[in-house]
Amino acid sequence: MKRVGIEVSIAIAEAAALAEVEVVSAYPITPQTHIVEHLAELVANGELNAEFITVESEHTAMSAALGASLAGARAFTSTSSQGLALMNEIVYITSSMRAPVVMALANRSLSAPISIWNDHSDVMNERDTGWISIFANNGQEAYDLTFMAFKIGEHPNVLLPVMINFDGFILTHVIEPVWMFDKEEVKDFLPPYEHPYKLDVDRPTSHGPVGLPDIYTEAKKQQEEAIRNSRKIIDAVWDEFAERFGRRYRAVEEYYADDAEIVLLTQGSVTEAAQVVVDEMRKRGKKWGVVELRLWRPFPFEDLKKVLCNNNIKCVVVLDRAISFGGQLGIVMSEVRSALYHEKNKPMVVGVTAGLGGRDIRFDEYVKMYEIGEKCLKEEKEPDKVIIVGLRE
Amino acid sequence: MIEVKRPKEAFLSVFAYRMAPKEELFTRGHRACQGCGAALGLRHVMKAAGRNTIVVNATGCMEIVSSPYPYTSWAVPWIHVAFENAAAVASGIDAAIKVLKRKGKLDPNKKINIVVFAGDGGTADIGLQALSGMMARGHNVLYVCYDNEAYMNTGVQGSSATPYGAHTTTTPAGKVKFGQGYWKKNLPEIAVAHGIPYVATVCPSFPLDLIRKVKRALELPGAAYIHLFAVCPTGWGIPPAYAVKAGRLAVETGIFPLYEVEYGRYRLTFDKKLKPVEEYLKFQRRFRHLTPDLIKTIQERVDAEFARLRVMEEATNRPDYRSVSGI
Amino acid sequence: MRLKERPKWQELLPGCVIDEPGNSVNYKTGDWKTLKPVVDKQKCIRCGTCWIFCPEYAYEEDEYGYFNPNYDYCKGCGICAVECPARCIRMEREEE
Repeated sequence: MKRVGIEVSIAIAEAAALAEVEVVSAYPITPQTHIVEHLAELVANGELNAEFITVESEHTAMSAALGASLAGARAFTSTSSQGLALMNEIVYITSSMRAPVVMALANRSLSAPISIWNDHSDVMNERDTGWISIFANNGQEAYDLTFMAFKIGEHPNVLLPVMINFDGFILTHVIEPVWMFDKEEVKDFLPPYEHPYKLDVDRPTSHGPVGLPDIYTEAKKQQEEAIRNSRKIIDAVWDEFAERFGRRYRAVEEYYADDAEIVLLTQGSVTEAAQVVVDEMRKRGKKWGVVELRLWRPFPFEDLKKVLCNNNIKCVVVLDRAISFGGQLGIVMSEVRSALYHEKNKPMVVGVTAGLGGRDIRFDEYVKMYEIGEKCLKEEKEPDKVIIVGLRE
Repeated sequence: MIEVKRPKEAFLSVFAYRMAPKEELFTRGHRACQGCGAALGLRHVMKAAGRNTIVVNATGCMEIVSSPYPYTSWAVPWIHVAFENAAAVASGIDAAIKVLKRKGKLDPNKKINIVVFAGDGGTADIGLQALSGMMARGHNVLYVCYDNEAYMNTGVQGSSATPYGAHTTTTPAGKVKFGQGYWKKNLPEIAVAHGIPYVATVCPSFPLDLIRKVKRALELPGAAYIHLFAVCPTGWGIPPAYAVKAGRLAVETGIFPLYEVEYGRYRLTFDKKLKPVEEYLKFQRRFRHLTPDLIKTIQERVDAEFARLRVMEEATNRPDYRSVSGI
Repeated sequence: MRLKERPKWQELLPGCVIDEPGNSVNYKTGDWKTLKPVVDKQKCIRCGTCWIFCPEYAYEEDEYGYFNPNYDYCKGCGICAVECPARCIRMEREEE
């Protein structure tokens, strides 16, 4: 393992190469493109024994990855925003057909107006597609989680696709110090990929049959059980990784949550920014903390309850980086709120939105989020809707 | 006049059918309509392709009739993903096979065919982009479009492969409109324009010609495109018993010319004096509203297209002709 | 056939994979027909035309080289009767 300064996109590509991906099918889209450019380079130089398919759309990128995966090859793709929206149809089918494709998702906002910058509207649109969905908040995490995604998804008890989320530009285009593995070190960590029902002329199977009303319900139940049960494997893989390489990943990460009165619940790179704010404000006497919802799907209900219902936390301010129009606005907020609904000692759940379409969230805006929490606590009123922070009006 | 060598085996005596491969890899118990030309065509294609074949099926009639869980009519590995992406899925499978062979995870000497079956809607309309990408990249895939000239699975809606003048549920013949208002999209020519090694048209009414062309397509490296004329008794309004006859008439009238283009060289595989198109049009419900003027317009178009193919055949078989395909 | 038409969810393979190749032979389509083909073997020349043009391959070759319709699968389309060069196949109403 050596520590190098590297653009996070390149590190993610190196993680896929470390996993010896066999088929890469991807289409250019900002801010993801550097990832697949680097993989193309590795293939062109003979450093990675893989097929790189220069597809003509993201829809085909996912379709080809699905085909390759069920044909027995380790498949990888990467996209952002409109690309993900275009492939949506096949994103849903890939999990339903149990193809353990790994996708690196450089989170970016959705049009219109067209914006190439970061928020989480792309991934939230795919919330219910049946993928395991994990957030990284820095380059190291993106690298580690991408590498581990193969081991999770390909596990015979899982067989589900995995998407690793990391913020576009904020992470993808930034050079960070990353501990990178040598092939030798991780050799026996990731077993070779074997799909138990791959397309094999010596053992023919039919994939993607017609599901009459008599079968569709059972098919969906089976899929739901699969992703729910994947949690055991996710934990096992992360534990093994921690034991062997020293970096531990948890479904819900906490920062000063154990004695905080107010926590900000985050996903992605805002987590570290919020931690800086907490460090500073603790010096000024504020008992604030940060809780990061790293594992988005399967949703870590029990972990979240354990962290948030600890009797100290009086208010959790959920920072949503996407909007559900005409609803409660906050997608993560409403999920957190409903997850805690039955808890007796649940904290107040307040929703805020900021950083849409790549807008920076300033120090004082993070402070404002906590202060909204303080105000709600004081007034003993949990707002129905999300409050947009940093809005001109 | 350039002498073109044409295969003769397709027009041997009636006993020649016994020479067709016996193995059935598209098995019975499928739920295609009575007299389905597409099901017959698939059966013939699979006879030619053989056991070492992975089939990719686009959503459509043949996917629906062959795979209602827990039944499958496929004795070979088969995958259906969606409507518009069969060529894309096949591209991924081809890439997988290439890399797995290179790594020794699959026997590098074992030839594995990848055959796509997609309808005309899944090819001419919604799947055209994926097909173009697959052909441009030159994947080792045989794409078979079974063309029943409309969206039959959803109840006979017009596609861009629906023939001029045909009545469908979205191109109905009415008081001011005469059915499909534009000419059928020429898919084989689009495939030829990609410079792939092999393009052919086939009709299950000529099974030995079909089997030979499929075998040729699979022999040649790279992408191949075969356009299969699939008579649809249900959608066209003809008695199921006449399905094979209708296909034969489509060929004999020049409505559906049989030809192949190998490395850019055209070869008509049915070139006889054409019958009038009316013989083909008159017994189909979808054409019964056609006026003599419209039939004349169709006849002119068919004659022009057939003449064009003859010109192409002659031009591309001259000794000095150099094709860009395969170079 | 091991796979069931109405299985419990636990009985499904991942992604509803069907691992019994060609098992639709267990699904008999013979009851679709109203007319059935009857072959006059006196006239039959054993050319195989009925067999090659049958979308169901309902015709099966016997040890003497004759092709006989399997009524379990024949949907009664009548292509064979139209195509038979010896005109030895007649479509008859199903008795019932």
